[in-house]
Amino acid sequence: MGKLVSKLRLFALLPLAALLTGCNFVVLKPAGDVAEQQRDLIIASTILMLLVIVPVMVLTVIFAWRYRHTNKDAPYDPDWSHSTQLELVIWAAPLMIIICLGALTWMGTHLLDPYRPLDRIAPGEPVAKDVRPLNVEVVALDWKWLFIYPEQKIALVNEFAAPVDRPISFRITSSSVMNSFYVPALAGMIYAMPGMETKLHAVINKAGAYQGFSANYSGAGFSGMHFTFRGLSDADFDAWIAQARASSDNLGRQEYLQLERPSENVPVRRYGTVDPQLFAAIVNRCVEPGKMCAHEMMAIDAKGGLGLAGIDLMRLHYDKTVRRGAVFGPTPSYLVSICTIEEANAALDQSAVLNLPINGSPILGAGLPRPSFTPLPSPRSTWLLDGRRPQRS
Amino acid sequence: MSDPTTTYSFLLGRFSLASLPLNEHIVVVTFVVVALLGLALLGAITYFRLWGYLWREWFTTVDHKRVGIMYMVLGIVMLLRGFSDAIMMRLQQAMAFNGSEGYLNAHHYDQIFTAHGVIMIFFVAMPLVTGLMNYVVPLQIGARDVSFPFLNNFSFWMTAGGAVIVMMSLFVGEFAKTGWLAYPPLSGIQYSPDVGVDYYIWALQVAGVGTTLSGINLICTIIKMRCPGMTMMKMPVFTWTSLCTNVLIVATFPVLTAVLVLLALDRYLGMNFFTNDFGGNPMMYVNLIWIWGHPEVYILILPAFGIFSEVTSTFSGKRLFGYTSMVYATVCITILSYLVWLHHFFTMGSGASVNSFFGITTMIISIPTGAKMFNWLFTMYRGRVRFELPMMWTLAFMLIFVIGGMTGVLLAVPPADFVLHNSLFLVAHFHNVIIGGVLFGLFAGMTYWFPKAFGFRLDPFWGKMSFWFWVTGFFFAFMPLYVLGLMGVTRRLRVFDDPSLQIWFLLAGFGAFLILCGILSFLMQIAVSIMRRASLRDVTGDPWHGRTLEWATSSPPPDYNFAFTPVVHDGDAWWDMKARGYQRPLSGYKPIHMPRNTPAGLFLAGFSVVLAVALIWYVWWLAAIAFVGLLTTAIGHTFNYKRDFYIPADEVAHTEGERTRLLAAQV
Amino acid sequence: MTTALSTAKVEQGATIFHLAEDHHQEEGSSTLLGFWIYLMSDCLIFAVLFATYGVLGGNFAAGPGPKDLFELPLVALNTSMLLFSSITYGFAMLTMAQGRVAATQIWLAVTGLFGLAFLSIELYEFTHMFHIGATPQRSAFLSSFFTLVGTHGLHVTFGTIWLITLMVQVGRYGLIAANRRRLTCLSMFWHFLDVIWIGVFTFVYLMGMLR
Repeated sequence: MGKLVSKLRLFALLPLAALLTGCNFVVLKPAGDVAEQQRDLIIASTILMLLVIVPVMVLTVIFAWRYRHTNKDAPYDPDWSHSTQLELVIWAAPLMIIICLGALTWMGTHLLDPYRPLDRIAPGEPVAKDVRPLNVEVVALDWKWLFIYPEQKIALVNEFAAPVDRPISFRITSSSVMNSFYVPALAGMIYAMPGMETKLHAVINKAGAYQGFSANYSGAGFSGMHFTFRGLSDADFDAWIAQARASSDNLGRQEYLQLERPSENVPVRRYGTVDPQLFAAIVNRCVEPGKMCAHEMMAIDAKGGLGLAGIDLMRLHYDKTVRRGAVFGPTPSYLVSICTIEEANAALDQSAVLNLPINGSPILGAGLPRPSFTPLPSPRSTWLLDGRRPQRS
Repeated sequence: MSDPTTTYSFLLGRFSLASLPLNEHIVVVTFVVVALLGLALLGAITYFRLWGYLWREWFTTVDHKRVGIMYMVLGIVMLLRGFSDAIMMRLQQAMAFNGSEGYLNAHHYDQIFTAHGVIMIFFVAMPLVTGLMNYVVPLQIGARDVSFPFLNNFSFWMTAGGAVIVMMSLFVGEFAKTGWLAYPPLSGIQYSPDVGVDYYIWALQVAGVGTTLSGINLICTIIKMRCPGMTMMKMPVFTWTSLCTNVLIVATFPVLTAVLVLLALDRYLGMNFFTNDFGGNPMMYVNLIWIWGHPEVYILILPAFGIFSEVTSTFSGKRLFGYTSMVYATVCITILSYLVWLHHFFTMGSGASVNSFFGITTMIISIPTGAKMFNWLFTMYRGRVRFELPMMWTLAFMLIFVIGGMTGVLLAVPPADFVLHNSLFLVAHFHNVIIGGVLFGLFAGMTYWFPKAFGFRLDPFWGKMSFWFWVTGFFFAFMPLYVLGLMGVTRRLRVFDDPSLQIWFLLAGFGAFLILCGILSFLMQIAVSIMRRASLRDVTGDPWHGRTLEWATSSPPPDYNFAFTPVVHDGDAWWDMKARGYQRPLSGYKPIHMPRNTPAGLFLAGFSVVLAVALIWYVWWLAAIAFVGLLTTAIGHTFNYKRDFYIPADEVAHTEGERTRLLAAQV
Repeated sequence: MTTALSTAKVEQGATIFHLAEDHHQEEGSSTLLGFWIYLMSDCLIFAVLFATYGVLGGNFAAGPGPKDLFELPLVALNTSMLLFSSITYGFAMLTMAQGRVAATQIWLAVTGLFGLAFLSIELYEFTHMFHIGATPQRSAFLSSFFTLVGTHGLHVTFGTIWLITLMVQVGRYGLIAANRRRLTCLSMFWHFLDVIWIGVFTFVYLMGMLR
């Protein structure tokens, strides 16, 4: 009878087992070396912790049952409340586990730091000397993903690919709000944040199509913000690149500003050519023509700002969503770039709502003596970084 | 949705008929039901002429016991709201497969998961925890009331005011669609131009004032109002954990207040703290909010640990094992909880050293927690364990919480977090510790102290129904989420592509249904207990063979708690008194000095709510009036110097005489 | 507490479990501790604002920085106003201890005037900055500057309102225990604001000019 009951119990577990085998535990069965190492760490830590968790659970049941109040055979010692040896053990046992786990964590975190370039593509297979990682630039938009291949000079929306066993180096940013770039089969996630660049290194070891998505809620269209990642053989990858190149679409700044507008469940789109400076402009939040780039701004700030002359703003003429300023704040605005004068002038021409008189010469003026300084012949947006900032005399 | 040139109506700000969600049928039906129930309640109160009673005895009360009970009622009412959000989410996620959009659009669904988190943490867990501390701590330390009784009443009404603001957002306008911590830039004015985030900000600010003040109040009470003989190391463990919790409250809620002020300045005045341009930095917000947010977790769990300690010791009929190490473990957790906030965003790209530092500090917290677990275990060892309801909740906690603890430490390993962060594994983890830890603790505490508060026990049958529904419901609802997390499914998704996931969401939905049965059984338990109160009556004041001072007085305790201030000689004071043959004094009563009731707290909180609502809807004239009203009431209150009175000795003698008679009749 | 305990023990000659006399908690005995804890929580708000200023204070967004905006002589004058007000509040407390109502009122009035002078100068500074276009919206630096200094200014404003209220109450009810307690609380509040201001003066103004 007892045997029958236990057999029945096993039967009861069968659907659960079937359920479990029918599923794709991508976190436990990934296809990339980095994700595999992360999986190993999860399993190792779990086993370590079970060393203390299982005894606690078993003891809970045993003690509760053995010392139930109806069991008069069990000893009863209502004043026993202290034992130095026992207390040493109960503090030491978790401590030991945590020391092991801490060591594991320290090593694992450093080895699997997403910013660290890979040194192996699989266990026992170091990266060959002549292999250069594939560079992919990733931009989280509202609500789709843009992938730019700077070397292949193509761009795609909601799909990207990489050759099997070649290290990939991601540079990740976002256009508006926080997202998280995550391909579970490939490697762990990392936040995509506007105005900032995060990095991720990974490698895919098995060919196949894998799902990727945003793992950080980013607004109404968040649920549809997924993409396909293809691990391809070298030949397939080349064909895939060629397919994208075949597209006649170009992704320049204007096209990007169109693309950036909120849209949901966007199908795959390919751009045969792409503005090589686009990613840098997105990270520096200066895709809009004439807007000052963040790195310029930071360089100026590092030198103490532009003084009272820098107060002037330019009205934002491009309205992305239903953007609105704060009720008591100014209307949405941005800083005019002070270095790419041609662009600033171009912006002036294009936009009808500009209400500030813009002087083509460097804006240091507004009542202050102009420095004896002429702009560099070819405007370079990083000239301030070179330490050639004009001194106020 | 308006363009930059919008001008707002002077009279109504940005409110218009379009702000009412008349096209959302679910909301309209809810509103009708709530309105009808509300009207019925108001009608009943009027019919039974209870307004005067409620006003005098409850709304204006400064008695810590009544304030505590009001907190509990608030928490339970808000639990219903928070849970209906949960079951709506479960339903949506179980439906939205195979091209189905489910039954909720993004606008609605995104508000629901935000409101669920905010309500469950701020308006369910916090009021229930604060309520229990408020009720029990003064009794456990042999005090007549808290240090600042008026402030206590005011704190409660501020918390209730916050809840009112959140509830209002359901029917007027909308709530935030940002997730419960409202990360900018999404919560900034550019990407959330509507009233939702403003509701969020002001509800939390109003409630936060109440929480901070009640924290200050309880710290002072514990430090200053202990009865003679009760040294720090003779305090009951629940009082210790309450002390630590309130230290955490006072040391973290100001951070929340400040960071929400900064967000509000961004939104209202167009400042640039957390914006993308002009030098703002959203990562600053994420850091600051978690500097509050992580200790908040311990604010909730520490009192639960205290409850489990009291319950285990009482129902094992045995002194708590390792009292000293329990206290030190609590203090360790308190301090360490400040050093771990970054583990909530390992994926933000901090360096490996920073990540591993915060990962390891997080793991270190599990050492004192583990020690506590063993202490409870060895309290049962060589005891006489009675499986009454509070003890059942405690045992369920011990078995379930360790799983949550384990997954928590797992998430503290940064590379593991990279694959599990923001996944349903994470969601399962924190529900595992919050339900298995905090909520089970609160249920244990409620069943344990209910007879103290009302003089009769809770009905055990419906209690056990509730218990088993909750425990099985928990496993059904959250174990599938662990599984889904390992399948790489993330949180806050509204629709799904992969049909193989659906079965797990159906299971989780079934779990939510079981939990619904658990909640209904709990309500049933209260109703049945009230009806059967005669047979559940306890006149001894000590139904569980308690060990601490609260069981030394009658149930419910008189207004003054103790006719004579107790003197304590042992950690388990009441146990010690019983063991040494303590006799209750029957004469020699003196007049007792008590604080006087006042409605000022209610008025102040009322003005705060009006001020908040006016600010949410940009009704500046109303905001000005409410602000002036707030200030005048506050100043006016300081002109009230008559804040106390004496209960005459005769009245004390009469009350105590009644109890003597009851006790005699019992024997 | 302990004396009550020991006398009770002596009287009964055995272990006692309750006090025969009502254990009278001194009215407002926890107020000063409670107010102190409140000040510490307030201090944390300032800590967050200082930290924010520390992080964002260098982000001028290509706009003006501290050197372009701050006028140290004015700020030094302002600082002296607040420091003087602290000293005069100290005198008010001394006269309160001696029980001299009129003298206390005069010192309180002087303190209030210094407080108002501080606020006026700060307001002048702010309007000047607004006037030249250095509004809090211009950059994260200005946002955090105005918020930190403005929050302090708001505290001083409420302190002044409280001070006036207390003067009315002292005038009406004299230096009764409740009023003395309130004056002590306000004293702690006022000196606390002084300490915060020294932090503001050092970290925002002086270090800003050095940066």
